[in-house]
Amino acid sequence: MHEAAIAAGILEVAGENAAGRPIQKVGLRLGRFTGVVREALEFAFEALTAGTKSEGARLEIEEVPLVVSCPVCKWAGRPAENFCMLCPQCGAAMQIVTGREMEVVWVDVE
Amino acid sequence: MERVPVEKKVLKKNDELAAENRQLFEHHGLVAVNVMSAPGAGKTSVLERILPALKSEFRPAVIEGDLYTTLDAQRIEKTGVPAYQITTGTCCHLDAKMIAKALTQFPLGETDLLIIENVGNMVCPAEFDLGEDLRVMVFSAVEGAEKPQKYPLMFRTADAVILNKTDLIPYSGVSLHDLVSNVVKVNPTAPVFAVSCRTGEGLAEFAGWLMQRARSLHKREVSSCV
Repeated sequence: MHEAAIAAGILEVAGENAAGRPIQKVGLRLGRFTGVVREALEFAFEALTAGTKSEGARLEIEEVPLVVSCPVCKWAGRPAENFCMLCPQCGAAMQIVTGREMEVVWVDVE
Repeated sequence: MERVPVEKKVLKKNDELAAENRQLFEHHGLVAVNVMSAPGAGKTSVLERILPALKSEFRPAVIEGDLYTTLDAQRIEKTGVPAYQITTGTCCHLDAKMIAKALTQFPLGETDLLIIENVGNMVCPAEFDLGEDLRVMVFSAVEGAEKPQKYPLMFRTADAVILNKTDLIPYSGVSLHDLVSNVVKVNPTAPVFAVSCRTGEGLAEFAGWLMQRARSLHKREVSSCV
């Protein structure tokens, strides 16, 4: 799965900010509306750091809920039904406010 | 221990490369389309069926993404459209870097409509921007009406959704009505095309939509070689 590519991306971004020091922990902001399986990501992260100076580094994941809003009647909130993007109040197509995040927030270095 | 603030997107490298691809497409005046689906939904079959129509107005070319083999590129070439195969080995999606590499060997000046057929996978490709102008998702209609809710991201990020294999609907127990309504819930703005590559139903409508969108994205004077 692509969690390996995502984990590699996390380590690349974290590494650029670690100034060559071993990474202990990475803070990740992860939206609920991403195609990422948390367990698979943690597994890939562990596998990619094994045998490197950052071996044992951990991911601290802050999950962000899917929040949508209606451009017509201004209703906003979490979709009532699974990923339903039709406004529960007026039926218009809603826009995503949060839930697509995949960002490295901080990195703990030694 | 020291905490260093970062605040950067995980896929920023891919996004940067995708932006470079997009610039290159712009420079060469071509429209790029990313076609995504689960394996076996009929991406290549749809392309085989619509390329003759696209050729009447555009100079299409296809990049094929697969784990292994060049079978799909061979199928496309039989339609008289140039095809370039990317074999990813074990990677379950195309990324912007693979496209950038393929483009170095691609006759960009001879193309105005680049179709990128992604690796068959209903999850991963949706996260990776390739630099495309349009995303099209192909879904095999007989796989179940609830799939848009189970795999919402690809349905959501598509500019058009094709429901293929409608000729098999009577044998599947799937309600096309429910399926369409579930697609619309996840992606209320994308047009939905019910098609059958076997009977040809719905393909002219999709080809018409694609050509209209490509025209409106027109980065170059459309050649009139009808």
